Amino acid sequence: MGQWKQKTLTRKNWMAFTGLFLCFFLVIHLLGNLQLMLPDEKAHLQFNAYSHLLSGNIIIKIISWVLYASIIAHVIYAVIITLTNKRSREVKYHYDKRGEVSKWYTRNMGLLGTIIFIFLVIHFRDFWYVYKFGSLPLDEQGHKDLYKLVVAVYSETWYVLVYVLCMVALCYHLLHGFFSAARTLGVYHPRYVQWIRVFGWIYSVGICAGFAWIPVYVHFLK
Amino acid sequence: MHIRMKIWRQESGQDTGKMLDYELADVNPDMSFLEMLDMLNEQLLEQGQRAIEFDHDCREGICGQCGMMINGRAHGPLKNTTTCQLHMRSFRDGDTIYIEPFRATAFPVKCDLKIDRSAFDRVIQAGGYISVNTGQAPEANSIPIGHPVAEAAFDAAACIGCGACVAVCKNSSAVLFTSAKVTHLVLLPQGEVEAQERVRHMVDQMDAEGFGHCSNTEACEAECPQQISVLHIARMNWEYNKAQLLKK
Amino acid sequence: MLESKIPDGPLEDKWRHYKEHAKLVNPANRKKLEVIVVGTGLAGSAIAASLGEMGYRVKSFCFQDTPRRAHSVAAQGGVNACKNYKNDGDNIFRMFYDTIKGGDFRSREANVYRLAECSANLIDQAVAQGVPFGREYGGYLNNRSFGGVQVSRTFYARGQTGQQLLLGAYQALMRQVHLGTVQLFARHEMLDLVTIDGKAKGVIVRNLDTGEIERHGAHAVILATGGFGKIYFLSTLAMGCNGSAIWRAHKKGALLANPSWTQIHPTSLPQSGEYQSKLTLMSESLRNDGRIWVPKKAQEDRLPNQVPEEERDYYLERRYPAFGNLSPRDIASRAAKERIDAGFGVGPLKNAVYLDFSKAIKDQGIHKIREKYGNLFRMYEKITGVDAYKEPMKISPAAHFSMGGLWVDYELMTTIPGLFALGEANFADHGANRLGANSLLQACVDGYFIAPYTLANYLADEIKTPATDIQHPAFAEAAKKVEEQLHLLKAIGGKLSADYFHRTLGKILYDKCGLSRSKEGLETAIREIKALRQQFYRDLNIPGGYAINSELEKAGRVADYLELGELMCHDALTREESCGAHFRVEFQTPEGEAMRNDKDFAFISAWEWAGENQPPVWHKEPLTFEFVTPTVRSYK
Repeated sequence: MGQWKQKTLTRKNWMAFTGLFLCFFLVIHLLGNLQLMLPDEKAHLQFNAYSHLLSGNIIIKIISWVLYASIIAHVIYAVIITLTNKRSREVKYHYDKRGEVSKWYTRNMGLLGTIIFIFLVIHFRDFWYVYKFGSLPLDEQGHKDLYKLVVAVYSETWYVLVYVLCMVALCYHLLHGFFSAARTLGVYHPRYVQWIRVFGWIYSVGICAGFAWIPVYVHFLK
Repeated sequence: MHIRMKIWRQESGQDTGKMLDYELADVNPDMSFLEMLDMLNEQLLEQGQRAIEFDHDCREGICGQCGMMINGRAHGPLKNTTTCQLHMRSFRDGDTIYIEPFRATAFPVKCDLKIDRSAFDRVIQAGGYISVNTGQAPEANSIPIGHPVAEAAFDAAACIGCGACVAVCKNSSAVLFTSAKVTHLVLLPQGEVEAQERVRHMVDQMDAEGFGHCSNTEACEAECPQQISVLHIARMNWEYNKAQLLKK
Repeated sequence: MLESKIPDGPLEDKWRHYKEHAKLVNPANRKKLEVIVVGTGLAGSAIAASLGEMGYRVKSFCFQDTPRRAHSVAAQGGVNACKNYKNDGDNIFRMFYDTIKGGDFRSREANVYRLAECSANLIDQAVAQGVPFGREYGGYLNNRSFGGVQVSRTFYARGQTGQQLLLGAYQALMRQVHLGTVQLFARHEMLDLVTIDGKAKGVIVRNLDTGEIERHGAHAVILATGGFGKIYFLSTLAMGCNGSAIWRAHKKGALLANPSWTQIHPTSLPQSGEYQSKLTLMSESLRNDGRIWVPKKAQEDRLPNQVPEEERDYYLERRYPAFGNLSPRDIASRAAKERIDAGFGVGPLKNAVYLDFSKAIKDQGIHKIREKYGNLFRMYEKITGVDAYKEPMKISPAAHFSMGGLWVDYELMTTIPGLFALGEANFADHGANRLGANSLLQACVDGYFIAPYTLANYLADEIKTPATDIQHPAFAEAAKKVEEQLHLLKAIGGKLSADYFHRTLGKILYDKCGLSRSKEGLETAIREIKALRQQFYRDLNIPGGYAINSELEKAGRVADYLELGELMCHDALTREESCGAHFRVEFQTPEGEAMRNDKDFAFISAWEWAGENQPPVWHKEPLTFEFVTPTVRSYK
């Protein structure tokens, strides 16, 4: 893998592209999930109908393939980049206080990413896999009853806790990732850099607060 | 002041080194850090031991030759300061100071704290210049360059090539160094002509030397003695992406 | 023996005339010709890059780990050029006159005129290379004024002009290395010059990383190794600056001219203790807005801000009302020393004078001062821990620039055919005192615009000479001598470090061959240096091996300094007048101003090595002034 001819900057570009696509996906995902917050009856049918719609539409299908590809590429590039970086300093410092001049989460994107990856595996197993390949009962409109599944899963306290903690990890990952992607792609004008910083901050906190709020809400109120 | 030190000693590039303990009494707080090392070397010499080798030359913060990790920080505890401009008043009586060379695969250790930074020369050789021969220059004022542009170009050109950016980077990336030269030259009309070729070649060489990727942690800017801005990195990325897209 | 080869004709036509008639080397022949360039500062990088561009085969050597570290990098203030962009009456002749007057009429008219003539071209060259000079808001180049002249002709890149010019030259050099015309040898120190049949044919260098002794042959050798002001130990120079290359060339037959003329820079930071390794220079540009003073009361103990205005002695403004704080460096340094010696010095060691910005801050506002000198004030605070916006700076004179150096003719060739000396390594253009912002200029002009022509003129006759054979007995002998010297130094096995001897020598020279000199002092100094040299060969201690060993490097340089220092004293002793930086206490006016003696001393002293422990042989090159009349240099 070390003999990969791609340039460091090109690899970082792919990280940025896939990462930004995932950022975009998170917005759509969150908007869809917000339907869970509707009054119980309405939420039940609408959420299931929405899930059905997503699984049938060809455009959505294509996007979902891009999504899978993005996740896989983001992970593979992350591994390649990390391995190359390891080789760029073979002897470590004996006494290392370099952390004093940068933020911890900017240095630990790999760790945060790993947490998010593990979360994704659980997340996919619990919902995506069950929806696609498992046998779910149908609701009154004849759609697979994902809503019931969600409410059931979120009734587990430990699960909600894990979920919320993972959202905190995601938040920090996004906080640096969004801004870093913009820099990798070459936004160098100080004014726009500032805007992106502010926007990235609002985006990261907004998305993660939204995602974290839903299981908490469902857990306590449904 | 009484100072204890743990210093990296390594006979040669082939040798494996280790941290050794040293002690120095009567250190004057107004001494520069390197003068303190001079004093330690005098003491070692009296004992017939080999002096500690370290890089240094101008001792006024401009030649870029000095540089070591002091207490785990590139150029020591002060931000934006070269090792030679660091003074003992930044330490306390009785402190133990850890001194190591800048580390990166592209900067092999030659002896003790001395490292080989010729990788930087090769990055410049790959394109960090304007291809103008002696005696061809037109009248200097024939190309007006706005004051802010000239100042911005200077900010980038101020790099002293010390390598602290690489040393502090968790990935030993040289993008701050490379991008400073790319930005300096692309900002000026006379340097824009070769902008695309330049950035491609310099990035290629930077990679070939074995420097890592940039993770945008911005630690480099915090330690850079010339406060070279990380925005130059964004500028280089922009120029590089443009060059790749427009490549014939 | 000393044939300066100055072309005939009117002053302004000499250089043009030379260029029109100099011999050329055809492009096909250039690649057969090899040139060695030692040093990669402005002069060295510039000539190596220029020769590479023309198609010669060039080998470039420096002792630093990369060419970009050469000490040209540290020049702060600027570079002079008579572009007359400010429309304040500048022109080539005026610049020539300022420089020759600044040098106290102890330099060649033709050389100085050529320097001024080529200056404008240098700015064009540097701008084309991407040097980011300071500009006005309209986009045109800006100028500042500098000590010793009444026009604004100094171009600058903030306080880092030397760095920016050097990076321009370095990048040009790197381009040639990339193209394969220049071979780069960093961490290589020249230890001897090899001459065959009287011509310079190569060098012996030591690889400082491996310790290997290498031989390199060429058709011509260029020394651009800078000045030897570091001989004073405490100086504004880098720790590695040395006089070894020129000294060893001198011992191979090249004459050394006016070695005692060392500029002592007035605005350096004072020494603060015995441990100190160097004196940091604060840019002379500070004198544009700072006022220099000492208390009127000797041994004043009050803090500077507590000394009321009427008890301050602005001695430069008092003694030199026309130029005031902008008096030339030699004048300003000597005046400071006079006050310090008289007991009016300030600071813990009473060895400094104040440089005060309070008036400028009051008149122009603190933001303006910050904009102009912010980086210098920051640097001052870093080193001293004092905020100069609130309290005056303390400054003191420090050894800075060697006006003397290898004797060269109009073609920059030394007395050894094929050996050229460029930049600070030669003696050519500054006379007995260098004006501010002329050193960058001279180094660049020598490297970019003069040597490329004069070298071709020499090499044109060498086309038929085959490549130099490094197996020639002359190489073997030189290499053997170099190795023997290294073994000798290592074998002494004494107790004292090279730095000890260097420090002691520096003190002798500061006291007796520094800002002021006397017959008695110089004679004592010669005796002391001789004794110190003997002690050096008895008590020196160099642990470690032959590979990377900075103590061994230092010892070699100090060994040369111990000989060069003696020659400096000889030179100062024999010049029985005061001129420029050379001030003999026996030759001064009742007011304490320098008394030049044009009748007996309008010449350049060029010294020939006569062998170990032999008195040097004195040669004189008379200076004739056809176009200007030497006057008493008054800045009053």
